[in-house]
Parts: sequence; C-alpha cells; structure tokens
Amino acid sequence: MDIIFDVLRTAIAPSTAAFALAAIGLNFHFGLTGLLNMGQAGFMLLGMYGFAISIQQGWPIWIAVIVGLIAAAIFAVLLGWPTLKLRGDYLAIVTIAAAEMVRFLGRSQSLKDLTGASSGIRGSDYKAPFEELSPFPDSIVTLGPFSMHGSRSSSWWLTTVTWVLVLLCAGLFWRLANSPWGRVLKGIREDEDAVRSLGKNVYSYKMQALIIGGVIGALGGITWALGNSVQPDSMGRPTTFWLWTLLLLGGAATVFGPLLGSILFWSSLTLVKSLASAFIPSDVLAPTELEPFSLVLVGVTLMLLVVFRPQGVLGNKKELAF
Amino acid sequence: MADTAFASVPHEAGSKKPDPILIADGVTRRFGGLTAVNVDHFEVQRNTITALIGPNGAGKSTFFNLLTGFDSAQEGEGQFNGRPLRGMAPAKVARAGMVRTFQLTKALSRMTVIENMRLGAQEQPGENLLRAFAPPLWKAREREITEQAHDLLHRFKLYEKRDDYAGSLSGGQRKLLEMARALMSKPTMVMLDEPMAGVNPALTESLLDHIVELKEDGMTVLFVEHDMHMVRRISDWVVVMAEGKIIAEGPAGTVMSNPAVQDAYLGAHHDTDLSELSELSLEDDA
Ligand SMILES: Nc1ncnc2c1ncn2[C@@H]1O[C@H](COP(=O)(O)OP(=O)(O)OP(=O)(O)O)[C@@H](O)[C@H]1O
Ligand SMILES: [Mg+2]
Repeated sequence: MDIIFDVLRTAIAPSTAAFALAAIGLNFHFGLTGLLNMGQAGFMLLGMYGFAISIQQGWPIWIAVIVGLIAAAIFAVLLGWPTLKLRGDYLAIVTIAAAEMVRFLGRSQSLKDLTGASSGIRGSDYKAPFEELSPFPDSIVTLGPFSMHGSRSSSWWLTTVTWVLVLLCAGLFWRLANSPWGRVLKGIREDEDAVRSLGKNVYSYKMQALIIGGVIGALGGITWALGNSVQPDSMGRPTTFWLWTLLLLGGAATVFGPLLGSILFWSSLTLVKSLASAFIPSDVLAPTELEPFSLVLVGVTLMLLVVFRPQGVLGNKKELAF
Repeated sequence: MADTAFASVPHEAGSKKPDPILIADGVTRRFGGLTAVNVDHFEVQRNTITALIGPNGAGKSTFFNLLTGFDSAQEGEGQFNGRPLRGMAPAKVARAGMVRTFQLTKALSRMTVIENMRLGAQEQPGENLLRAFAPPLWKAREREITEQAHDLLHRFKLYEKRDDYAGSLSGGQRKLLEMARALMSKPTMVMLDEPMAGVNPALTESLLDHIVELKEDGMTVLFVEHDMHMVRRISDWVVVMAEGKIIAEGPAGTVMSNPAVQDAYLGAHHDTDLSELSELSLEDDA
C-alpha cells in the first residue's frame, strides 16, 4: 500500500507539474512547429534565476515572475535570431550549447553574489513572498493518504498553484493549436517552403513559437524552484532529456500529452525505485545505486513504448510519431 | 488557341509583350561553374497562359525559384506587376499575388487535406497570434475560407478526401492538392511547375479546362510542362529554354518547328519522343 501512496504522491507533486509546464513549452516548439529545442533546461534555469534574484533584490513577487519570463523571452530571441533562418539542426546545436552556457554562468564564481555560484540559491532566500500569499494553514495538512505542509515549500499551496498553471497552459496550447495561427505552425513543421510559397512569414512564426514555448519553460522553472532550490546542476542536459522523453511518452502535439507524460514518467520512476528498495536486498543493489537503476529500467520501458506505440500514449499516429 | 494580345509580338526569344505582368532582365544564376540560368530578357503577357518548355536540366525550375524569391540570382532584375522583385522574400512575392507550386510536391503530410487548403488562404485574421485567442474575430472568415476550399476540392476531385491526411494521398492527388491550395489565395498569377505530371488523363482534361477558366477570370498562368499535347491545348504562347537560355518563343503551333528548338531537344536528349515533335511541325506545315 505504501508504494501505491508513494506513487500517487509523486503523481501530484509540484515538481511533476513543473515538468509538465516545461514540457508544454517544448510541445509548442516541437509538437506544433517542429523546432528542435535541445536546451529547454536553459529556459527553466533562466526563469529560476530571474525569479530568485529579483526576490533577493526585494522586488515584489509579480515583478520577479515577469523578470524570469522576460529573461527566457530574450534568450529565445537571441537563440532564434541567427538560427531560425537556417535548417532545423542548427537550432538544436545552438540550444544545447546555450543551455550549458547558462548553467556554467550560474556556476561561475564571478557572479557569486547574485547566483551563489555552484551551491546555488537556498530556497529560504526567495520562497517567503510566495508562501505568504498562501490561503492554506501554516502547518502540516493531511488529506487521506496525502500529507503535506499547507504553505511551505512543496506544499498544498504550491501544488494547487502549479496544477492550475498547468491547466491554464494546456488550455492556452489547445486554443492556439486549434487556431489559424497554430495551423501555420503545423504547416511549418511539415514543410517551411510550402508555407512560404503560401505567403506566410515563416521566420516570424518560428520566433513566436520559440518565445512562447521558452517562456512557459521558464514558468516551469520558477514553479520547480518554489518546491526545491535554485541549483544550476539540477537543470543540466538530463533535464532537457527527460522533458523530451516525457513529451514523447505522453504524445507530442496533443493537449494533455505533456501532463500525462510527466505524471507517468515520475510515477513510474518512483514505482521502480520503491519496488527495487523493497524487494532487492541491499547487498545486491546498494541504496546509492537505486536511482541510476530505476532510470535505466524506465529507459528500457520507454524504448519498448517507442517500438510499440511510437505516437506516445495520447498521440495520433498519423499526425506525429517519432 | 492564340490570343489576340500576341498578334503584334514577334516570334523570337526575349520578345516584348504589349502588357507584361512579369519581366525578367539579365538574370544569371550560377552553381559553381555551371550556369543554370542566363536569361537576357523575358516577359509574360498579362491574362494569358504561357508555357515554359525545354529539355531536362534546361533551368526551368531554377528560373521559377529565382522569380519567386526561393533562390537569388547573381545578376539581374525582375519586376512583377510593376514591383521590383529583387531581394523580395518568397512570402512577400506570394502576398503580392504571384503564387507557385513545386515540381517535387510539397503536400503538408501530417495535416488533413482541408487544413492544407485553408492554409493557402490569405487575410485570415486568426493567423495573428493575439487575434488567435478570440475566435469571434476569425470564425466568419474561416467559414468563407472553408466554403471556397470545398468548391476547389470538388473541382479537383478531392472533396471526398477532405478529412484524410495529405500524407495518405497518391502522388497525382498531391499534385492536385498543391495546385488547389495555391489557388486558395486568389492569386493574380500562378506559376505551376509540371502541374500534370502523374495526373490521370481523364482528370487532366478537366483541369486544363479549369486552367482556361482561371484565365477567363483574369488570372495569368505560367507553367512548365513536358507533355506537348497539354502545352498545345491550352497555351497562348510558348517559351523554350535550353541550357539556361531562352532560345525561342512563339505560339505552340510554330515554335517546335524552329530549328534551334529541335536541336536543343534532339541534341540534348536523343530519347525524346520524336513523333511528338514532328507531329507538331507537320501540323505547322499544313
Ligand atoms: N541547388 C543546386 N545546386 C547545384 N546545381 C543545381 C541546383 N539546382 C539546379 N542545379 C542545376 O541547374 C540546372 C538546371 O536545373 P533545373 O532544375 O532548373 O532544370 P529543369 O529545367 O527544371 O529540369 P527538369 O525538366 O528536369 O525539371 C541543372 O543542370 C541542375 O543540375
Ligand atoms: Mg524542373
């Protein structure tokens, strides 16, 4: 029973929602427009830094959020400006490198006063303004099997806010994907030149998609930071990799794919970890090996999924399979 | 099929037209050492059907790319409807009213046929990001577009396929879809690169009639085609290209008997269907 509750707790955790948000952003890039953004973690990291540093400066919370989102928008423009006129692979290369640069910049000693260098920014340094907004009690609240703090860190408050944001962003995706604007993006995903020949400014549309997806990624980063801490190394290449995995798992180009993908991905990771620690003796598998072992197992499961259901759980095989 | 507009136009390469909609001047495109296009002067008469023919590798598609902004010439100027074409982006050329299709079909595979068609329309306010949020601003236009798309799909015998993904269409059907999609924007000029390649003969006939109707509606058509029967049946004027140059112009009936044209075809391609060529020149002699 405990294992089931562990899995359920992971399923509704704010971090799961934060990844769903970032994956919705990636869905604008890849699912809708066919852009290969290999640096979504960089957008998340910029959101986190923008938010946390602004709070530390004593600015109001809504300004801090805007700073985080604008940082991501500027990043999108900088990355898109030279690459969106070129073939798709250039964007992939540039984003992967740029995301790493953001991370290294975060780690660098020269900005230690702002970013805390490699040790990052402690949660207690920036979470207070958000937690003060909480309408929930300032104590542990137990609802059935779920027991969380009302307002602090990974709380009921944060859970509520992040999942509402996820639903809002999924709604945004639905509205835009089913509009003439989204139709142009899908056309670009299929064949840019055809869309050009029909009189659409492809470059501008790709830029819009890159910005929107990046900003939603930053929102994912901010919400993630509100449940954890700002840590440059927690948003490295593996993060982008997981985002791609869970997007494709849930189904790219679908409204609920990123949500379902994030829930399935993190829940199955918890499930495998709990089962392994319960049934495999620790002299066969040391506790420190649990995490990598579960990731390997989840990876294998995903490979099977790719083989047997390439469009993801919710996807339409005719529209988008990988 | 000759058009009175051509009565006074000399039957020679690069001849001036009374009312040209498209003009190209001194256009050169080199790929490394190869000069793919080297056109001294070229004009297309407004509201006529002009065929651009020539052996494989003559530079026809490259010339299309240059005119529509998909490729840029090392030298030369172009003008469409009085507007200079130099440096104009492909999307701008299309919005200016000159829409093209591609020799290698570009159907948007993972979109349905009807969505392909809708994408071809202009002036859909919902294609703007902010307006996209407010369906009342674009639903009415969307209905108009859909109606227009249904009309065209009926005509191109694709109506039954409207909800299928374009990727599931046959090669010929994709050609048809691409042409129908280009017409969605109600262009003033269409440039068709081998529109009938792979389309079955029965349908070809009805589409040729449709192209003639386009002209009656005031549109200008420039098309590349290898099938001489089709060229003869609908074109008012034929322009022949070989090795990047325009080597002859004239009505379909006479241009093929031009010795330079016969040389170009026979010299470059010994396997060309000779009966077609001689058929044309015989008709001429009669
Ligand atoms: N991108 C390119 N790079 C190098 N050479 C090219 C390129 N595009 C075309 N060419 C060359 O330019 C010449 C003209 O090609 P083009 O495609 O315009 O011929 P075409 O008249 O359309 O022939 P076809 O009737 O076979 O379609 C060919 O010799 C071709 O090899
Ligand atoms: Mg060609």
